Amino acid sequence: MATREIAGKTIEFDDDGYMKDPQDWSKEVCEVLAGEQDITLSDVHWKVIEFARDEYNKTKESPTLRRITKSGVISTKDLYAFFPNGPAGKIAKLAGLHKPTGCI
Amino acid sequence: MTEGSPRKLAIIASKGSLDMAYPPLILANAARMMGIEVELFFTFWGLDIITKKKMNNLNVATVGNPAMHPSFHIPTWIGGLPGMSAMASAMMRQEIDKLDFPPVGEFIEMLVDAGANVYGCKMSMDMMKLTEADLIDGAKVLGAMEFMEKSEGAQIIFV
Repeated sequence: MATREIAGKTIEFDDDGYMKDPQDWSKEVCEVLAGEQDITLSDVHWKVIEFARDEYNKTKESPTLRRITKSGVISTKDLYAFFPNGPAGKIAKLAGLHKPTGCI
Repeated sequence: MTEGSPRKLAIIASKGSLDMAYPPLILANAARMMGIEVELFFTFWGLDIITKKKMNNLNVATVGNPAMHPSFHIPTWIGGLPGMSAMASAMMRQEIDKLDFPPVGEFIEMLVDAGANVYGCKMSMDMMKLTEADLIDGAKVLGAMEFMEKSEGAQIIFV
């Protein structure tokens, strides 16, 4: 577990680097985290991240990638292009959500 | 991900029944979602999973399947009646759909889009008189020795 100071906020992370409390998330925090992963956030990224957060607010769970692609916000191909090297974890981390537990 | 060469998984799918098609697909997809490289090799009956004409009509065996079915056991002699396998398969497809897992054909497409490498075993294809055109788009024909090259350094799962 680690506590970090990001964009003027004190945020707690778990051992895998996921935010402990999704309420700590803000766009500014998200931009800093994306920069650390060498991602420059585009409109496409924001659409996916905002969808993930909306889903979390409804279900209190990180959405599965299947849920994200099925909603039509992004295709599977683009998902892997915009969030390379493990989109499941990357999206959850950038959206300030818990580690995704779904299998699909 | 960790430093150095990325983790890599090689999965060999040798069975073509509906229940045996999903495990390799689910594992391959889980690996891709985590950024793990995936080589998927379909051999013998496993080829049905990536054969366009067959992939959406896979069935589950109702005869000689001791796990059939957890909620209401089907004795082998009833399982052999006409239509039983089709009925059990339809029920399983429904359950799979409820869990939001795609049908086999769509699942394979998703894996190709996700960057998994999909191969049909050359020897099995020759035996079943199939060509690359019979396979789903994006699948390539591969010999056993070539698969050895592709799977070098990978963790291997045989289904």
